[in-house]
Amino acid sequence: MPEHFLGLHPAVLAVLKGVAVVIVIFPVAAACSMAERKVCAWIQGRPGPNRALPPLLAWVPGIWILQRLGLFHLAADGAKFLFKEEPLPDHVHKFYYVLAPVVAMVPAFTTVTVVPFGAFIGPAGEPVPLMLANVDVGILAVFAVASLGIYSLILAGWASNSKYPFLGGIRASAQLISYELSMTLSVLPVFLWVNAPGTAGTLSLARAVEYQGGAWFVFTMPVSALIFAIALFAETNRQPFDMPESEADLVGGFHTEYGAFKWSLFFVAEYANMIVGSAVFTLLFLGGWNILPGVPLASLVLFLHRATGSLLWLHPLAQGILSTLIFVGKVFTLIFIFMWVRWTVPRFRYDQVMKLGWQKLLPLSVVNLLAYTLGIALLQH
Amino acid sequence: MAVIKVQRKSLTLVERTYFPQVFGALMTTLKHFLGPAETMEYPEQRPAIPAHYRGVPTLVMDPNGREKCVSCQLCEFVCPPKAIRITPGSIPEGAPNAEVEKAPKAFDIDMLRCIYCGLCEEVCPEEAIFLQKQYSMSGYSRAEMVNHKDRLYELGGTLPDKHFKWEVKKKAEKAANEGGGHA
Repeated sequence: MPEHFLGLHPAVLAVLKGVAVVIVIFPVAAACSMAERKVCAWIQGRPGPNRALPPLLAWVPGIWILQRLGLFHLAADGAKFLFKEEPLPDHVHKFYYVLAPVVAMVPAFTTVTVVPFGAFIGPAGEPVPLMLANVDVGILAVFAVASLGIYSLILAGWASNSKYPFLGGIRASAQLISYELSMTLSVLPVFLWVNAPGTAGTLSLARAVEYQGGAWFVFTMPVSALIFAIALFAETNRQPFDMPESEADLVGGFHTEYGAFKWSLFFVAEYANMIVGSAVFTLLFLGGWNILPGVPLASLVLFLHRATGSLLWLHPLAQGILSTLIFVGKVFTLIFIFMWVRWTVPRFRYDQVMKLGWQKLLPLSVVNLLAYTLGIALLQH
Repeated sequence: MAVIKVQRKSLTLVERTYFPQVFGALMTTLKHFLGPAETMEYPEQRPAIPAHYRGVPTLVMDPNGREKCVSCQLCEFVCPPKAIRITPGSIPEGAPNAEVEKAPKAFDIDMLRCIYCGLCEEVCPEEAIFLQKQYSMSGYSRAEMVNHKDRLYELGGTLPDKHFKWEVKKKAEKAANEGGGHA
């Protein structure tokens, strides 16, 4: 079956993978928006959306659980966005106005393809990562494509031809440029560590995970992890850094003039970015698909095989599913933390965001990089 | 004017990183996240309404099932937004409570006008109109928002009576007719 699949024409393969990304990430991102509403409600002592239930499904036993979780509100919201009127204001630059949500979606979905989400143990005992596009540049591809997402905000802000979206777009560009520096600098120590002298140089995320079979980088490089996490909040425009949206001072920020499905595309792109961001954080600092620090996937599989006596655990498919579940569990935990922080910490003022980015995080990440460079040089020589 | 200089403590290094505060805040929100919801799921769960609540005005009967309103129209007169409209009618001779003489033929309260001030309840000499516990009132048309007499009695029901004013009066009258003097 896998051989058959890999034997397909590359173009067909690419289309299949693209469709896979859309049909997985779109609902997951939408589900995240519902999770956000529920987490918000629970933190604020409310039950949250829990009413919608299609009458056709009311007879299903246990369906009330899904109803209480607001799952049908999600479907209703999605359907609403599809069927309501698509407003196209008169004063906008129409081509770019329509283009902006598409530009938001493309990088968000493209980065998903280069993120490994699981692994199985190959015949030689080496972990083989599961990913849609196994590119060598790994983290560079993620950074390069993810930073294209900013163009959608700038484009939306400018094409709306209206002052608040414009200010939102300007803030977005300034903020993303400021935090991308510290983010990239905070990741460098990880790859300095991974690329020990004498081994083949790599920027692959899967290699970084393999390296964390022992201690996770969050323990060996806490400062890097912290800077990366803060920059991630800023890069994904999440509270307390949601300057581009900032509804208190900018109405709705860059998407003020958007409505209906085009607006929901921005929304989904934001959550897709969050998912990819959490995934990259998990891969770089939280040990990826290794279940606990010091327990790599291979040991876990062997342990399960010995404990249950089942040969099932030696099958690549079972290992793939197990590792994917571990990975997805970590990613969702991180997404919950994103939401938890959003409903806890108030939004920074714009000057505070700039000050934090340039005067605190950037020097800290430079010092961190220097310290680890010296430390790694001393350790490895 | 005396100027009081307030000593402001400067923040420690740890405090200036914000992390202890953010961590404390996260713990607070986590507590609420895990705790029960503070809200009530309205149509299924209703709040307990205190006895003195001023809800929709209603007409009441006394425990003997007699309608208490005598259509004196004081409430109609006092009503600030002119929400009450009464058409007086008379009680026919020979009815068990004929001595009351009058009862409303029609009694309409326009709930689109009513301001729930309670002046009607306060002014009523017969204790016939009460603002009771009903707090939500909705309808699809203006006509639906007018409470007519039968609806007002349905909402009001029967309330305990402390005086039985008309029975006492009747008895006194009877005693006077029979033996003279007061009972």
